[in-house]
Amino acid sequence: MALRAVLEVVVAVTEARRIHYGLALLLALLLALAAPLVSAATLPEDNVDMLYHRYDGGGMVIDGPSVLVRKNAGPQVSFTGQYYVDSVSAASVDVLATASPYTEERDEYSLGVDYLHEDAILSLGYTNSSENDYEANTVYFSVSQEFFGGMSTVTMGYANGWDDVGRVGNDNFSEEADRRNYQLGLSQVLTRNSLLGIDLEVVSDEGFLQNPYRQNRYRDPNDSTSFLYQPERYPETRTSTSVATRALYYLPYRASIRGEYRYFTDSWGIDAHTVELAYVHALNNRWTLEGSVRYYTQEAADFYSDLYEFENSQTHLARDKELSTLSGTTLGTGAVYEWKQTSLPGIKRLQFSLLLDWLNFEYDDFRDVTAKGDFLPGEEPLYSFDALVTRASLILEY
Amino acid sequence: MRGVSLTMLLGLVLVLMSTAGCSDIKPWVKPYERDKLADPVMSLSRHGKADVYMHHVYQARESARGSEGGSGGGCGCN
Repeated sequence: MALRAVLEVVVAVTEARRIHYGLALLLALLLALAAPLVSAATLPEDNVDMLYHRYDGGGMVIDGPSVLVRKNAGPQVSFTGQYYVDSVSAASVDVLATASPYTEERDEYSLGVDYLHEDAILSLGYTNSSENDYEANTVYFSVSQEFFGGMSTVTMGYANGWDDVGRVGNDNFSEEADRRNYQLGLSQVLTRNSLLGIDLEVVSDEGFLQNPYRQNRYRDPNDSTSFLYQPERYPETRTSTSVATRALYYLPYRASIRGEYRYFTDSWGIDAHTVELAYVHALNNRWTLEGSVRYYTQEAADFYSDLYEFENSQTHLARDKELSTLSGTTLGTGAVYEWKQTSLPGIKRLQFSLLLDWLNFEYDDFRDVTAKGDFLPGEEPLYSFDALVTRASLILEY
Repeated sequence: MRGVSLTMLLGLVLVLMSTAGCSDIKPWVKPYERDKLADPVMSLSRHGKADVYMHHVYQARESARGSEGGSGGGCGCN
């Protein structure tokens, strides 16, 4: 068992190192190709980005504010600071099945600095997120380089996260999880009317990756009409790869269409596809309307089961619905008011957006154990839920 | 095997660096032809943090993660 754990870690480290080499060489290759064709990049304007967000669905209500302030210090350096809150009121199907509804709050602070050097922007940042039973820290570094007369931009990013996992009501419970993200992106101007983006991201996790409260169920050996619960047991490593491409096209009138596709695969056996189509329509100089459709589908993790046949029937056990076979559909709509060169004192540009998204998730192998009625284990109705996401955003450039 | 591959790739990079300047391909969309591309309706991250928030909504409910476009850095959440 110990030897196996050591081997798993060695494999994970070797994989991460191989990925690191690959991405570094790919970036070097792109920069080498671009070297004679560089142009000047620019930093974002000074701004305040305020957001109220609310998620309501599946027994969960999560809302709160977010405030980001960006301030340039000279022509080459820009600082950002952000404060973000999630106020959670939880009574989801998982919570109702094995626990009681609860409320909690997550606070997140971020600090970042961007440094502009000729054709490149170097970014460095730190994020701390804390709640009563979970503390997450992330540092990130990215380099974004424009070249080919500003028609191409390559971005390479690396993030390292380390989390402390606790458990309410058990002060002795303390676990850790580490995470590394490797990102590579290309944004390309194709024509006067069209843009193309390609992104690649590899994420590697190690440590305690499960939720300490969630449980999975197995058939009660003494009573075929009922089931019992046991703790989750996830693998201690996970490596995922995602590749996405997105294209934007400016229509013959002042409007755009956007198409995106993302493929995802990971070492737990999950494959996922995401497709999104969006349309943005300018009504006049200040008002635009937008609408989007998104479809997501995934295959379950290899070790997932809604109902295990007996206790400890396999090494890894999970009944987390996010690891099941599921599909999700989102219909999005929004209205944006933009006022350039405002007459407000000290404000150069104002943008207000109200965005509404309706989400629906359907599960193919996760059953609703809270459903009313007499059901034999494994014959409960499949679970599904809707959610409404509201975002009100005000961005002021000063 | 890895040593050979690395050497070959580094060699390729050096060759490309020395020959890239000879390329006849020039940027075909000039800066003064990018007015439509600069229009906010063509922005992938027009809503700033409101866009990042949606990535967080999906990451908490779906197994897929990464390659969302826009600013990276991981969300610091699980």
